[in-house]
Amino acid sequence: MRISPAVPGARILGLGEYQPATVVTNADLAARMDTSDEWIRTRVGIRSRRIAGPTESVADMAVIAGGKALAAAGLDPTDVDLVIVATCTMPSPIPHAAAQVAARLGIPAPGAYDLNAACAGFVYGLTAAASAVTSGAANRVLLVGAEKLSDWVDRDDRSTAIIFADGAGAAVVGPAATEDEVGIGPVVWGSTGEQVDLIRIADRNSYLWQEGQAVFRWATTALAPVAVEACRRAGIAPTDLAAFVPHQANLRIIEAIARRLGAAGVPVADDIVDAGNTSSASIPLALARMAARGDVRPGDPVLLLGFGAGLTYAGQVVLCP
Amino acid sequence: MANEEIREGLAEILEEVAGVQPDDVSEDKTFTDDLDVDSLSMVEIALAAEERFGVKIPDDELANLKTVGDAVTFIEKAKAAA
Ligand SMILES: CC(C)(COP(=O)(O)OP(=O)(O)OC[C@H]1O[C@@H](n2cnc3c(N)ncnc32)[C@H](O)[C@@H]1OP(=O)(O)O)[C@@H](O)C(=O)NCCC(=O)NCCS
Repeated sequence: MRISPAVPGARILGLGEYQPATVVTNADLAARMDTSDEWIRTRVGIRSRRIAGPTESVADMAVIAGGKALAAAGLDPTDVDLVIVATCTMPSPIPHAAAQVAARLGIPAPGAYDLNAACAGFVYGLTAAASAVTSGAANRVLLVGAEKLSDWVDRDDRSTAIIFADGAGAAVVGPAATEDEVGIGPVVWGSTGEQVDLIRIADRNSYLWQEGQAVFRWATTALAPVAVEACRRAGIAPTDLAAFVPHQANLRIIEAIARRLGAAGVPVADDIVDAGNTSSASIPLALARMAARGDVRPGDPVLLLGFGAGLTYAGQVVLCP
Repeated sequence: MANEEIREGLAEILEEVAGVQPDDVSEDKTFTDDLDVDSLSMVEIALAAEERFGVKIPDDELANLKTVGDAVTFIEKAKAAA
């Protein structure tokens, strides 16, 4: 038996994003439930969020973000041979999203699967995509984080409706440009299954529920060391990062982790302000928008940090396409 | 560790986490109403206090700590028990 020809390194070739059209402001929410713009801004950092239309699906959003990532990478659908969709909000467990997303984008018969590591899904997906490329299992991978949290959140529950939102972000992963380029650094990942009950959708008839303060406590203590270790493993000082792009869970969590990362002066993604918490879509959404604004440039090292239900987490330094 | 030392330590933590003036931190002050500390800052303060004083402050205990004095007494007892 032979093994597939391996390539030494992988990198991100292009990014894309999609946000649904409907903007829900804090004032909109305050008109519907007992909350206020001030409370939401100070506790969570969100000003407005996007919510998908009633018939707009996870796959619909993934198709748009994925198509943009392919265009940004300068590739044709036929160049892709593996599609991974990171999501935890499909309307049902089967069919999964990846195969239909591939078909709708005109990607012919690629390997296709969904991946659920909740809000850490995109970083887990990048690791899977990079491994597929370096092992020779795939040549070009389309990875999409796409979520329709609004399907699983009680729109009248002020503890969740103010936070969670919809959207998609995508990356194309392929071989590194040169033999010694490392475009996707070593992942530092893990899980704390003892705390499985802190964030969950109990069954098919339930809404998302979380124990907010316990999650906050975990996120502000357990994750900064993961971020520091991801930099150390990549051989990059936190102060040399071009940006820190953590999962957009809560601005207070983001600021607490950033403080402990010791990366003074490094820009920190705050996409949550106008996007809300979009679970596995939040990191690629934030990164794609930072790249589009020119806040990060091609070749810049950026630290990604995903974390959420499971509890699960993953940190990784990547180079911007 | 004397009460006064714990109070001073808490005052430093309160300044760092929530921007509270150290002079305002006396034992009779309530965190929420007098010092304007919100529930998430309380969690951060508890975490910093755990690190600094080598004690455990579980979430359900934290909910009972209304005043600076409550916190000082709790930390003092927890240290004595440790
Ligand atoms: C959810 C979260 C914002 C709630 O904040 P909290 O401070 O823990 O909220 P609590 O439920 O303790 O409520 C604190 C006070 O605010 C009030 N409150 C709660 N939700 C409110 C809302 N949406 N609007 C206005 N007031 C609200 C409560 O009634 C309470 O008031 P009281 O002290 O007068 O009784 C916060 O815990 C959080 O963000 N945790 C992290 C969760 C997270 O990021 N999850 C995703 C991980 S992927």
